[in-house]
Amino acid sequence: MSKPVVATTSLAGCFGCHMSLLDIDERILELIELVEFNKSPIDDIKTFTKQCDIGLIEGGCCNRENIHISKNVRKTCKILFSLGECDLMGGLPALRNGIPVEECIREAYLDGPTVGLNKEQILPNDDELPMILDKVYPCHEIVKIDYYLPGCPPRADLIWNALVALVTGDELKLPYEVVKFD
Amino acid sequence: MKDKVQNIIRNYHDDRTRLMDILLDIQAEFKCIPAEAIEVLAGQLNMSKVDVEQTLSFYHFFTYEPTGEYTVYLNDSVVAKMMGSDEIARAFEDEAGTKFGSVSEDGLVGLFETSDIGMNDQEPAALINGVPFTNLTISKVKELVAGFKAGKDVNDMVGQTGDGRNSDDLIKSMVNSNCRMQKGSVLCLEYEVGSALKRAVNITREAVIETVKSSNLRGRGGAGFPAGLKWEFCRKSNGDVSYLVCNADEGEPGTFKDRVLLTEMPEQLFEGMAIAAYAIDAKEGFLYLRAEYNYLKAYLEDVLQKMRDDNLLGDKILGSEGFNFDIRIQMGGGAYVCGEESALIESMEGKRGEPRNRPPFPVQAGYHNKPTVVNNVETLSTVVKIILHGADWFRAIGTEESAGTKVLSVSGDCRKPGVYEVEYGMTVNEMLEMVDADSVQAVQVAGPSGVCIGPDKFDQKISFEQLPTGGAMIVIGKDRDLLKEVALNYMDFFIDESCSSCAPCRSLTVILKNKLLKLMNGFGTMNDIDELYDWSKYMKQANRCGLGQTAANPIMTTIDNFRPLYEALVKTDDEFVSEFDMDKAVEASCKYVDRVPNVH
Amino acid sequence: MNDKIKIHIDGKECWTTDGTSIIDAAKENGIFIPSLCHVDGIKPAGSCRICNIQVNGRNMTACSTPAVDGMHIESNIPELEEMRKAIIEIMFVAGNHFCPACEKSGNCELQALGYRYQMMVPRFPYEFPEKGVNADSKYIYHDRNRCIMCKRCVRGVIKDGKHVFAFNSRGGENLHIELDTELASQLTEAEALAAMDICPVGAILKKERGYYEPIGERKYDKEPIGSEIENK
Repeated sequence: MSKPVVATTSLAGCFGCHMSLLDIDERILELIELVEFNKSPIDDIKTFTKQCDIGLIEGGCCNRENIHISKNVRKTCKILFSLGECDLMGGLPALRNGIPVEECIREAYLDGPTVGLNKEQILPNDDELPMILDKVYPCHEIVKIDYYLPGCPPRADLIWNALVALVTGDELKLPYEVVKFD
Repeated sequence: MKDKVQNIIRNYHDDRTRLMDILLDIQAEFKCIPAEAIEVLAGQLNMSKVDVEQTLSFYHFFTYEPTGEYTVYLNDSVVAKMMGSDEIARAFEDEAGTKFGSVSEDGLVGLFETSDIGMNDQEPAALINGVPFTNLTISKVKELVAGFKAGKDVNDMVGQTGDGRNSDDLIKSMVNSNCRMQKGSVLCLEYEVGSALKRAVNITREAVIETVKSSNLRGRGGAGFPAGLKWEFCRKSNGDVSYLVCNADEGEPGTFKDRVLLTEMPEQLFEGMAIAAYAIDAKEGFLYLRAEYNYLKAYLEDVLQKMRDDNLLGDKILGSEGFNFDIRIQMGGGAYVCGEESALIESMEGKRGEPRNRPPFPVQAGYHNKPTVVNNVETLSTVVKIILHGADWFRAIGTEESAGTKVLSVSGDCRKPGVYEVEYGMTVNEMLEMVDADSVQAVQVAGPSGVCIGPDKFDQKISFEQLPTGGAMIVIGKDRDLLKEVALNYMDFFIDESCSSCAPCRSLTVILKNKLLKLMNGFGTMNDIDELYDWSKYMKQANRCGLGQTAANPIMTTIDNFRPLYEALVKTDDEFVSEFDMDKAVEASCKYVDRVPNVH
Repeated sequence: MNDKIKIHIDGKECWTTDGTSIIDAAKENGIFIPSLCHVDGIKPAGSCRICNIQVNGRNMTACSTPAVDGMHIESNIPELEEMRKAIIEIMFVAGNHFCPACEKSGNCELQALGYRYQMMVPRFPYEFPEKGVNADSKYIYHDRNRCIMCKRCVRGVIKDGKHVFAFNSRGGENLHIELDTELASQLTEAEALAAMDICPVGAILKKERGYYEPIGERKYDKEPIGSEIENK
């Protein structure tokens, strides 16, 4: 039987969840025995080359591209994992959710303390840039998510236990220390 | 301003438990509770400012900002909307030049929405400076606003006064009682005022309680607790002082029968209160009158005075040594939840109307922690006839578990809305015939906290055992959008009226309403209907009081009885539908950076 | 010892003194009944509803109901545990609980109950309220968006006999807990710290007190909330 194919992606996140995945240390060798990676920063495959079995999404949706990717991952993967607080509830990027988007853009490009170089007061509006959403959306409000792994980042053991349980069909063990929201 | 506020507080002896009255007087004086007044209140009552605001911000009719020289509170509940209140609202806005929720620039007219004002049989209706204006039409609105602009007194704009005692000099209201109660029933049986009290004081307090107990009289407010038993518990509670409270805070949308009982037969109610006071040995009684019925206050005060003059109230009532009892009218401030007896007591003590934890029950520790009986207007009125005609006579009326009659407030899609007194056991079908309704889709029994039933249940009997009701019966015709016009409106009502103490009542109501909207907006799945129902169950399980426990009933009972209406809202077989709207989500950012949104 | 009474909680025989609340009686007997609004020494509010138990099939709050001799109480039953989890999830979506960015993380009772009930994600949609913060007094930082309205502060933070915190409004979006800035400015540093401690979540913070304990040493890093009662 061929190995299950895994894809991973990061939306409005910090790649911390991916770091946590790498934090399984030497078990990464076991993981490679267990699954095959497709689109993922781990193997640097940029676009899907086939249908996948498992997708891991990190980060919430803050712009149009995020929406597009999450829909695409949903279409391409049989089972979707929501990884980390940003994906689950918007996380730190969602701290802007109480603030009008205009104010956020102004702070980032005009008024912020680090924008001294933007002397012409340009607001980025090139068609190539993803359009910014009114707020940061948790992924499960955009696409159907099958499993959730909370944490900032989700503990390496949580990711490992969940993946192994899914692939092997063994019971998922969740020791107290592995389910955390920070 | 400071002096005025200080004087008002002094009138109530700097007593913070009279905060309701103090705030009512300040609001009446300044058309709001100004920041300066809050400061004075805090200082003089030795409270923090936030503590004063804790109470004032709870009640609908206390406001931080002035509400306009002419303050319009237009009913926005289900039946009002059915009768065209939206059109009336637009007319008010057009004429007054201001939107609902605001005051016109010149400060002349303030337009506000309010939940049911107890006029469902004559909607659309509004309170203007506390005076009810019913059966509003667009031309009437024009006339009214012209009157405002001409500086007329609202009382002079009433015109033709209503039927029955609404034309009394002290009421002079256009409200109609629409009293369709039959002479000779229970409450309408003619009798000589004072005769029941006379009979009561000639037997022991225990004997009065025994009579009421064996009559099987159950509370008419909705919960149906046996009145005699309540009195007995109170009497047996160890207290040097006990209190009697009449709950006239009928706020259940669709209920207005207490208004009619208060208007047409207040003597009977006050006599019933005196009998109850005698039974539980209370010296002080209170009529907690909902703010919306303030227009009846002067009249009721006058009735009380006449009864004092006749020695039916006061000291040594009817010559009975040691029986001293009087009644004070306590006005509410606009809060549905205060109809819950312990919330009502909290409100009487000058606090937020939040229901208390039980135990202790009010009969053990109620007003000022003394044993307190709280009974409904109808219950206390009925007592008079039980004392006069006996428990056996009363028990013979009605059904096995529901002795006597029930006063119904019928409104909605029927030709004869109004107040009826019916024998318990009448079926809904019989009722619909009585009120001349046809093409009926549903009947909302007992208001939003009750049940919404369809024709397959119209053979059920109005009774505690089958179809309990505090009195509200709203007839909903075939052409109505039941979910939008009824269920959704009622969810908004519960969100607004939650005292917000219990977490599920405060927050789950909002979640449920949003889920209902998701379905209505075409984003629903079959799973959403199931979740809506399952989540609703937590309301019943988790919340403290009757409001919270029933706040999901508009959804639960419509899913129970009208599930196809929900299923028709589901447009897809997909198990997941996102409500996300790309166009809307990128609109603001694109506009700000001057970019044409391109989402397709 | 005739004021000792016997009750049963989930079938276990428990002894307590007459008048003790059910939640405290359970605690005395090594049984944890979760709650967010209850705090020792302050009049119970019964507002979070998480400590709902059943007595003769009737739901009551364990914090506000005194134990009565012979009472049979059910607490650890699926129906109630399911409801408790739902209430915890409701609180998570009704406020802005950005755990990774919260000073109280690791010491937060709401979060700890989330762990205990293995909440992976709330089933309800997030509301992202915008109720603002009040940082106008010397020591207190009050973030209304993190508030779960348990009223612990309303009942327990008193200065000169006056309430420093109070409910404001009711129903809908305007509802919040209001801090009396004037009164709060009179709080001592120790009183401000006590106010922070009375808050089960991160809504009331003492300024300059964030992230005090390192990760791993915080209250709920290693053991679930309640285990201090259960393992006694």
